[in-house]
Amino acid sequence: MAADGHGHSPIKQFEIKEVLPIDLFGIDASLTNSGIYMLVALGLIFSFLYFSTGGRNLVPTRLQSVSELIYEFVANTVRENIGTQGMQFFPLVFSLFIFVLVLNLLGMIPIPGLTFTVTSHIAVTAALALLVIGIVILYGLYKHGLGFFGIFVPSGVPAALYPILIPIEIISFISRPISLSVRLFANMLAGHIALKIFAGFVGLLLGAGVWSILAPLPLALTVALTALEFLVAVLQAYVFAVLTCIYLNDAVHGSH
Amino acid sequence: MDPVAAKYIGAGIACLGMAGAGIGLGNLFGQFLSGALRNPSAADGQRGTLLLGFALTEALGIFSLLIALLLLFAV
Repeated sequence: MAADGHGHSPIKQFEIKEVLPIDLFGIDASLTNSGIYMLVALGLIFSFLYFSTGGRNLVPTRLQSVSELIYEFVANTVRENIGTQGMQFFPLVFSLFIFVLVLNLLGMIPIPGLTFTVTSHIAVTAALALLVIGIVILYGLYKHGLGFFGIFVPSGVPAALYPILIPIEIISFISRPISLSVRLFANMLAGHIALKIFAGFVGLLLGAGVWSILAPLPLALTVALTALEFLVAVLQAYVFAVLTCIYLNDAVHGSH
Repeated sequence: MDPVAAKYIGAGIACLGMAGAGIGLGNLFGQFLSGALRNPSAADGQRGTLLLGFALTEALGIFSLLIALLLLFAV
């Protein structure tokens, strides 16, 4: 996306800036602000989980109970959606959930000139979604062999409908990684653009003479939108984890 | 037609898709509320499902907003 010259464009916040140029055999592998945010998220997650569970107290401390809460929450989601067999995928779902959650929440912290939401770039979310769908396909083939393709054959319908239903099932399977990645990226992108636009209204109204008495209205709306964005940030991480579970369920249990 | 004008008209039309998300969200919360008022004791257990449905429905509205934003800023 081309950010147009002036500094108040609502999409300027999504600009990727090169911090440390690295050229890896002709491939641009520079450290960008996106990469730095991901490293910060990784450091935060690691140190939080390390220090909160390091004590291994029988009666959990405050920090430990927080990480136990997150663990229980994700474990219940996995158990409900895939069953106890699915617990082998718990580390994957937990990592995805907490990574997306921390990146979403880090993007909500306003730091002048530095704020950046990693998950508002489709390159990141598409990589995560392709990872999920790749694991679904590989594990499904490993577990069920070619019988994995039975998920494309809906059960309980007459065979005469197969020529219509099987292409539909295949299309819906292919669109899964697309919708999974676009859902997360579009939510983050649209939310942050909306915040910026409403915040821009405050400035516009303040400079509009007598109309400046209306300026608190968009300001209040910005505050409300910020609250909604926090809800969306957590919800989208949860939705990403739940949909990952639902897709993995196909791979674990085969045809429906 | 002036291409810039067509761009803005297209962005406006793309926003109509949000009406669908509005209908969906109204349906979702309305049905939840009517169910929850009939059987309040079962309502708490379904709050997670409600929020999941909210996020899935809202995402579809966001898709149309995304098209509008792409038209405004990226095309």
